[in-house]
Amino acid sequence: MADHTEVDSVSGTPTTGHAWDGIKELNTPLPRWWVITFYITIVWAIGYWIVYPAWPTISSNTQGLFGYSSRADVGVELANLEKIRGAKMAALATASLADIEKDPAMLALARAKGKTVFGDNCAACHGTGAAGAKGFPNLNDDDWLWGGSLEQIQQTLLYGVRSGHPKTREGQMLAFGKDGVLKPAEIVTVANYVRELAGLPTRPGYDAKAGAKVFAENCVACHGDNAKGNPELGAPNLTDKIWLYGSDEATLIETITNGRAGVMPAWEGRLDPTTIKAMAVYVHSLGGGK
Amino acid sequence: MNQTVRPDDLKPQDLQPVDDYGPLYAAHKKVYPQSVSGTFRRIKWGLMGFCLGVYYFLPFVRWNRGLGAPDQAVLIDFSNHRFYFFFIELWPQEVYYFTGLLIIAAIGLFLMNAIGGRIWCGYLCPQTVWTDLFYAVERLIEGDRRERMKKDASGDPMKLERISELVLKHSIWLMIAWWTGGAWVLYFSDAPTLVKDLITFQGPMLAYVWIAILTATTYTLAGFMREQVCVYMCPWPRIQAALTDEWALNVTYRYDRGESRMSVKKAAELRALGQPAGDCIDCKQCVAVCPTGIDIRDGAQMDCIQCGLCIDACDTVMTKIGRPTRLIGYDNDINIHRRQEGKPPIYKLVRPRTIVYAAIIAVVGGAMVYKLATRSLLEVNVLHDRNPIAIKLSDGSIRNAYTVRVLNKHGFDRVIAIDIEGPANSTVHVVGADSVTPDRPMIVIGRDQTEELRLLVTAPEENNPAKSIPVKFHVTDIGLGVVASATDNFVSP
Ligand code: SF4
Ligand code: SF4
Repeated sequence: MADHTEVDSVSGTPTTGHAWDGIKELNTPLPRWWVITFYITIVWAIGYWIVYPAWPTISSNTQGLFGYSSRADVGVELANLEKIRGAKMAALATASLADIEKDPAMLALARAKGKTVFGDNCAACHGTGAAGAKGFPNLNDDDWLWGGSLEQIQQTLLYGVRSGHPKTREGQMLAFGKDGVLKPAEIVTVANYVRELAGLPTRPGYDAKAGAKVFAENCVACHGDNAKGNPELGAPNLTDKIWLYGSDEATLIETITNGRAGVMPAWEGRLDPTTIKAMAVYVHSLGGGK
Repeated sequence: MNQTVRPDDLKPQDLQPVDDYGPLYAAHKKVYPQSVSGTFRRIKWGLMGFCLGVYYFLPFVRWNRGLGAPDQAVLIDFSNHRFYFFFIELWPQEVYYFTGLLIIAAIGLFLMNAIGGRIWCGYLCPQTVWTDLFYAVERLIEGDRRERMKKDASGDPMKLERISELVLKHSIWLMIAWWTGGAWVLYFSDAPTLVKDLITFQGPMLAYVWIAILTATTYTLAGFMREQVCVYMCPWPRIQAALTDEWALNVTYRYDRGESRMSVKKAAELRALGQPAGDCIDCKQCVAVCPTGIDIRDGAQMDCIQCGLCIDACDTVMTKIGRPTRLIGYDNDINIHRRQEGKPPIYKLVRPRTIVYAAIIAVVGGAMVYKLATRSLLEVNVLHDRNPIAIKLSDGSIRNAYTVRVLNKHGFDRVIAIDIEGPANSTVHVVGADSVTPDRPMIVIGRDQTEELRLLVTAPEENNPAKSIPVKFHVTDIGLGVVASATDNFVSP
């Protein structure tokens, strides 16, 4: 150790006596205010440990002097919110679907609430704007597999489709090819027949008569004589311009061969009835309702 | 000294860094401005009284807007999204008025600068106004420059008399600061009610927080930071230095007349001999009164806030020694040279720069006045749905959805009808429409309200536009027959 009182001639600062390869360290202490601030933060931290929940224990954590918890805080805030919104929400809870549609203020409230809830729960499949995707219905249009009235929408929301809920909507597009009911050639024929129903071009030389026969024997039970579908069974209208899975021949062959069974979860039990009601109103208003 | 230096000429010592400019920040030296009287001081008192009077009392001025509307002349009503200024009522959709005001304010500052340098700083800047007020309090309690310097230097601050002086000064400062913060929050709520609530501790937390913040800033900025703000914190001196030109009237020491400095006696002797003598007697009065503590005789400098107090000080001296006044005055450098050459001074306040600034102010101000005068009390804004942008319906027709916002700025409810001009044979549907006459939906909009509507426009298949065609939305007030319109597009998928 060198002499502690050595003073660096250039800066006039004493050195600490440490030297490495001839380079000496100047003794420049931290400014006092900095040190004091540092000590204050230490004291502060200790106080914090005592006052607030801070340390994990084996199964839980220290509770802090006043038993503060941010979870309780959130609870209080939610209760406050409930109080503020209470009256309006209560009105929403008791109003019938038709009443809500008639009262502009309630309609606006339900739409606003429905929109947020839709974003949180439905947008994953139907998209934020409810435009849907292949296999996921577009909720903005006027084609409703299970019906587009307020009540019908509410029911679909509550119990879902093939959701496993006891009251779920159930219907099935059979796998005619896989199950060996129809031969591949018949499937191609009926696929073209269905395209013709919808006003789409057909494969040259396809036998329309044979198609009609296959259709009459296998499809009318669900899709109806005129192929207009049946909302009771979720059977789509095959004569319109909206196709959930696509209308090209290959897709139709795939549909007829393997069947389709899209699933919509049941929201009863996951969301409260008022929220589901608001969502039904929101979805209903997207396309102007039916 | 702009000699060209060739690299070969450089000697090693030339390569040492040269600290020619001084440090960027000089340690704070307390300034003790002396009291002064004169023209500019009077102007400053007048403007101070006016500005503070407006600031402190404006929230209490009432303005009758009819039943149910706030009767405060100037009110920024955040919770209801309204701004009231006497007969003007602005909605959030009209924030562009504030853009206009900001442009006018900025160009106004430029114009002031082109005319009189940093006069905004010297007379109207809140920092100057409040600092001046704080100085007045200080002077009243602790005495003028000499006394204050003596008291601060005596190193004996513990005498009871001194302590009570300081306590008194700081309490008055804090009171002014507190009132400053208090007046601020009054602009955001009904002033008399808020005053009552604040006193009875019923006021909103936010109000107390803002009062505390503004009390703290006023107290520190006007009581302690003072000229430091003007020299180091404010960006304007830098900006104005880049904007100014040789015609701007700046507080200028006429060194042609003042130099060389000498005593009154010596000057008299020289003059008796018919020789030239400087008028400045180096009494340093101009320095003593300067609130930023500079010597204007060193020439124009960034620290000078153009307050003109040194002019008053020197004029007093000149009058006393019987020499012409305005040895220091609002002048420009050009004139010093012209006088030296025996030419008459010239002033050019109307020049391209000022004309352009004034023109911009006039145009922006005119546009605002026009917009205000023709402000419509029924308005409509349209926003096209982005997601999805267009919908195909089962019969092949195309539907576009829009969010339409209708603003009723009237003081009464109105029934409005909506119709569109778009793709041929298209129909319009308003979600939740109150009633539908044969051809168009109708909606009631409450007074002073906006209503957001969801509009669905459907065009039949055979009229599907190839791409995007404009669609006009007309909102008609059934009662008054007033129509407001907005345009958007109708798109096909
Ligand atoms: S130099 Fe004169 S004008 Fe400039 S700040 Fe000082 S007193 Fe005011
Ligand atoms: S007040 Fe006038 S006379 Fe006195 S020092 Fe300043 S410029 Fe010279």
